[in-house]
Amino acid sequence: MSRIGKAFENGKAFIVFITCGDPDLETTAAAVRAAAANGADLIELGIPFSDPTAEGPVIQSANVRALKGGVTTDKVFELVRELRRDVEIPLVFMTYANVVFSYGTERFAARCRETGIDGVILPDVPFEEKEDFQPVLNRYGVDLVSLVAPTSENRIAMIAQQAQGFLYIVSSLGVTGVRTEIRTDLGAIVEVVRQNTGIPCAVGFGISTPGQAAKMAAISDGAIIGSAVVKILEQYGKEAPERIAEYVRQIKAAIR
Amino acid sequence: MTNANGRFGIHGGQYIPETLMNAVIELEGAYLHYKEDPEFNRELSELFNEYAGRPSRLYFAKKMTEDLGGAKIYLKREDLNHTGAHKINNVLGQALLAKKMGKTRLIAETGAGQHGVATATAAALMGMECVVFMGEEDTIRQALNVYRMRLLGAEVIPVKTGTATLKDAVSEAMREWTSRIEDTHYCLGSVMGPHPFPTIVRDFQAVISKEIKVQILEKEGRLPDAVLACVGGGSNAIGSFYHFIDEPGVRLIGCEAAGRGVDTFETAATIATGRLGIFHGMKSYFCQDEYGQIAPVYSISAGLDYPGIGPEHAWLHDTGRAEYVPVTDDEAVNAFEYLARTEGIIPAIESAHALAHAMKIAPQMGREKILVITVSGRGDKDCAAIARYRGEDIHE
Repeated sequence: MSRIGKAFENGKAFIVFITCGDPDLETTAAAVRAAAANGADLIELGIPFSDPTAEGPVIQSANVRALKGGVTTDKVFELVRELRRDVEIPLVFMTYANVVFSYGTERFAARCRETGIDGVILPDVPFEEKEDFQPVLNRYGVDLVSLVAPTSENRIAMIAQQAQGFLYIVSSLGVTGVRTEIRTDLGAIVEVVRQNTGIPCAVGFGISTPGQAAKMAAISDGAIIGSAVVKILEQYGKEAPERIAEYVRQIKAAIR
Repeated sequence: MTNANGRFGIHGGQYIPETLMNAVIELEGAYLHYKEDPEFNRELSELFNEYAGRPSRLYFAKKMTEDLGGAKIYLKREDLNHTGAHKINNVLGQALLAKKMGKTRLIAETGAGQHGVATATAAALMGMECVVFMGEEDTIRQALNVYRMRLLGAEVIPVKTGTATLKDAVSEAMREWTSRIEDTHYCLGSVMGPHPFPTIVRDFQAVISKEIKVQILEKEGRLPDAVLACVGGGSNAIGSFYHFIDEPGVRLIGCEAAGRGVDTFETAATIATGRLGIFHGMKSYFCQDEYGQIAPVYSISAGLDYPGIGPEHAWLHDTGRAEYVPVTDDEAVNAFEYLARTEGIIPAIESAHALAHAMKIAPQMGREKILVITVSGRGDKDCAAIARYRGEDIHE
């Protein structure tokens, strides 16, 4: 089992997404430490992309702010190296295929291992295209985390059988962002996942409240929250890490 | 021309969110079925001929030929199609396919507005709901087309994200499709995006080269020496090239929008300035920075203002079968005015890029040579912008 498995050893996992460099890399580092110290089990670090087609307005804006601030893939790797001096929970990247491809997949994978990244999530790389990335990442001990969606249906088994790290279950149709209600029959999806893989699965997209997180974690192995955390960063900027600490405590308490 | 995984050489593929995978698989299945279905093909031919006004003319531009003093110039008049551009070919095909698939709603992106107008038109004709995403910048540049789409019953949503142009409209249409798949078909407007779109759009646009071949054989008794078309995503170009790809004697020349020049940052010439990448569902060439961030491209032409190129073009470039040349704003505007004065035809500023290159090469060629240039659309929509370019402010 990869290091990602450790995120699921402390009860239900709480996975936090943060866009790197929003509003600046110092704040990202402080926010990651605040989340890790207050119960986050795994952090998804978003490497900003100019055209994040799977994101809703909140994370899109965070990408714009981060890129305007001058964040680059190299600076994000430096951030990870710095974080790894004391942050021990699993860290994965969430970014888009072109960010990895243009950096050079081999070079990207090597730097992941060197700086301490455990996995990579690429929302625009479905099962059919993973051969471009998975074998190279795996050679450097980095997992490619797969996603299943409410529309996956007959594809769930195939995806689950080759899943690595954890399986990311997309809660509902559409892009990332806060939703008032999640109607997908996630229980049925999780059941197929369980029949086909032993690795853990967590639900993300649209979760923001402790109640929603508890519900999602109850039917899976964890809950993933992105937009709600990014909103705190948008609203409080450099002061956000304290608020994130409080928010993470609340969510972790609700899902435990 | 496509292999099993929807690849053209190394290009193409399906780099899209898992949420959309079953939708594109279903689309491919339906397309493979209906493209062999005689009833579907009969209905589509009828729409092409009775509604869109096909076949479009292959017009011998006598004055232009004499004036340039070289190769004989023929214009493939896609500007004469209903709605004024080649876009209708693809849209009628996709709308009919969507209808057969039981979809009741079409969504589309648009740059210059021609694809949006064509989609709104087909939706009106077939009684479908229609939503068009258009960069806010383009809704200003192409205000007349926004009005046309609304008149046709479509909802136009201005996209404010990113550079507020075509690429952002594509991203937003993809996001919308992710959130509503059941009743909705994404009517993609060019030979780009994830498989099977580059193949479907090409097949529906291939009617252009199919007709050119018949028409030129009728008029000249032989194939042309070169076929020229403008390239943004590349749908009118691939349509113009397709039936000549296996005719090595015919040069295929795609004309990219160089904007203010390929040595500036204000360009949209992907082959000239881009490199291999993965974006909008496909592997192809893209204008991007060293970290893979997609470049904010520029061209006077809203329809060519796109940072990528369709995967089949990328492959035709790799193999050397087609040539891709950059044409600047200035050259295109000159050609726009030239064709109006010389032949009494006002071309779309997009098509003017191909005409501009023809004006460069025709005089170097012998009088026995034949050039075919696709006039992909008409230029009424561009008059205000070109007037502005020349320092004149007119109210539409």
